Amino acid sequence: MSNLRAMYIIWYRDLLNFWRNKGRLFASFIMPFLFLVIFGTGLSSSMFLLGQGAQGEGFNYIQFLFPGIVGMIVLFTAIMWGISIVWDREFGFLKEVLVAPISRTSVAIGKTLGGATIATIQGMVMLIFVPFVGVSLSLGQVLLLIGLMFIFACSVTAMGIFIASRIRTMETFQVVMQLLLFPMFFLSPALFPVQNLPSWLGALVRINPVSYGVDSFRQSILEPTVAMSDFRMSLFNHTMSIPEDILLVALFGIVMVFLAVRSFSTQE
Amino acid sequence: MNKIIEVEHLVKRFHQIVAVNDISFEVEEGEIFGFLGPNGAGKTTTINILCTLMKPTSGRVILAGFDVVRQQNQVRRSIGLVFQDPSLDIRLTALQNLNFHAFVYNIPRAVRRKRIEDVLRMVELWDRRKDAVRNYSGGMRRRLEIARGLLHYPKVLFLDEPTLGLDPQTRHHIWDYILDLRQRESITIFLTTHYMDEAAVADRIAIIDYGKIIALDTPDALKKRVGGDIVTLKTENDEAAIAEIRHHYSIDAQRDSEGLFFEVQNAEEFIPLLINNFNTEIHSISLRRPTLDDVFLKLTGHQIREEAGGDVAMRRQWAMRQARGQPGRFR
Ligand SMILES: Nc1ncnc2c1ncn2[C@@H]1O[C@H](COP(=O)(O)OP(=O)(O)OP(=O)(O)O)[C@@H](O)[C@H]1O
Ligand SMILES: [Mg+2]
Repeated sequence: MSNLRAMYIIWYRDLLNFWRNKGRLFASFIMPFLFLVIFGTGLSSSMFLLGQGAQGEGFNYIQFLFPGIVGMIVLFTAIMWGISIVWDREFGFLKEVLVAPISRTSVAIGKTLGGATIATIQGMVMLIFVPFVGVSLSLGQVLLLIGLMFIFACSVTAMGIFIASRIRTMETFQVVMQLLLFPMFFLSPALFPVQNLPSWLGALVRINPVSYGVDSFRQSILEPTVAMSDFRMSLFNHTMSIPEDILLVALFGIVMVFLAVRSFSTQE
Repeated sequence: MNKIIEVEHLVKRFHQIVAVNDISFEVEEGEIFGFLGPNGAGKTTTINILCTLMKPTSGRVILAGFDVVRQQNQVRRSIGLVFQDPSLDIRLTALQNLNFHAFVYNIPRAVRRKRIEDVLRMVELWDRRKDAVRNYSGGMRRRLEIARGLLHYPKVLFLDEPTLGLDPQTRHHIWDYILDLRQRESITIFLTTHYMDEAAVADRIAIIDYGKIIALDTPDALKKRVGGDIVTLKTENDEAAIAEIRHHYSIDAQRDSEGLFFEVQNAEEFIPLLINNFNTEIHSISLRRPTLDDVFLKLTGHQIREEAGGDVAMRRQWAMRQARGQPGRFR
């Protein structure tokens, strides 16, 4: 009970801070927006039509790209949430938290839920581009997508928090995250189909948990409209379904939450 | 009386630095216990260990009956802190910072608002309660930290140089509130400070230097160690006056920019005696009681704040001579 209270207040403070810095919300859309509009439009106008739709029409690159960009903003926001811990350490607030009579486990989990909620909200805001992209989403699809984004965001946030809990300065955190973030993003099916990659690259994509998150987003956004079975992730020659994708993401997340909790409970 | 804090052979080492070097002491329940010492003496490190933020290298600390290493949660439930360094969320408002604290420390909803209003009014921030702390001045932030520390009523309240950087009037005001709160809620206070007048509110003071406790006593008893009152003379001819004092009373007077000074017991009675048969012309004479400053100077050979006072070099020499014969003082 007291653990729930503690998680709640940690989560609540994160949301409060997010809300008080709304400006950042808009700034964080600039990059995904540019990717979608420039990259997407540019490539889809000069390149292929992908796959064959159920009604016989294919889908264009921008439609393929869109779920990847949703994944991008969730990934970036979630992983960068760890910086709030480094910030708290630098500005001293972490002491107030660490000396408080609340369990470290609830602090780590509260932080994870806070970052994941914010990343999910950011992902949801991306859905305003749905009409522009030319896909349609039912309410059921949107709810499914929110659930998927949240699980994915929890896993990634926990990873960010685990790393942040071992880092003392903002600069180091930024550098470490850039080193992690871009490989995780580029080595996933976010920007391009991964079916015909050379095997070494394909292997890297398959050990990247982000791949399965993005794959689940893509399936849930596109599948009902267009047949995209050729573009799904596969593992050991098995084509992944949404539940299988998100199960892998969740397993990764559980390990990360465990590491984050453990790292937090030995904080000095 | 109960012992609320028991520290036995506490040591904290950071690589080569020994920040806390085998200290032992006890604090009684309800007491105000002062920790007095210069920069880097190990005061904050000691507090960090007592409040579970750091693990000791060796030694044992029992607080409110709990071991600070093995029973961290119970210890945390028993304490409150005003940190030396900033620890507010500057992006939030004063009210949001206090609400967070109240929630974390489980202050019942019924009294939460009243208490928050009380402490904010006490530190005169009630009108600014909805401003982000980012926009506060340094002194306002400090006051808010104090307000937050006083929000829940812990068994033991740690105040690490609480009023650093506040003006005298505000300090006074805040101390009134703290002392009143302590009476009402029977809180034990563990205080560190450089301000001598602030340390004087303590029931007992430990003087700490280079990680060691070099004296532990009541403020009065400590002052007695200086050996008497301090008399300052301005004379026509200091050389002659020094010689005369030495000749008649076997007292070594010292010179500094203010004139001559020396220590003597019962100065009220000594001064008339001195004046009655003194050949050198005296311009002025003054007498003051020893302060903790003098105590510190005497015990350690250096001033607690070297930058304070213009005649440091002279006073220091004097003190070194006074401290001579106490082995191991200088390194
Ligand atoms: N985290 C740390 N890592 C390494 N050294 C440290 C650390 N914290 C403190 N020290 C060292 O321990 C010694 C004691 O520091 P401490 O902060 O306890 O002093 P203090 O008595 O509180 O001084 P001040 O009056 O300046 O606050 C100093 O030499 C300091 O450099
Ligand atoms: Mg200190």
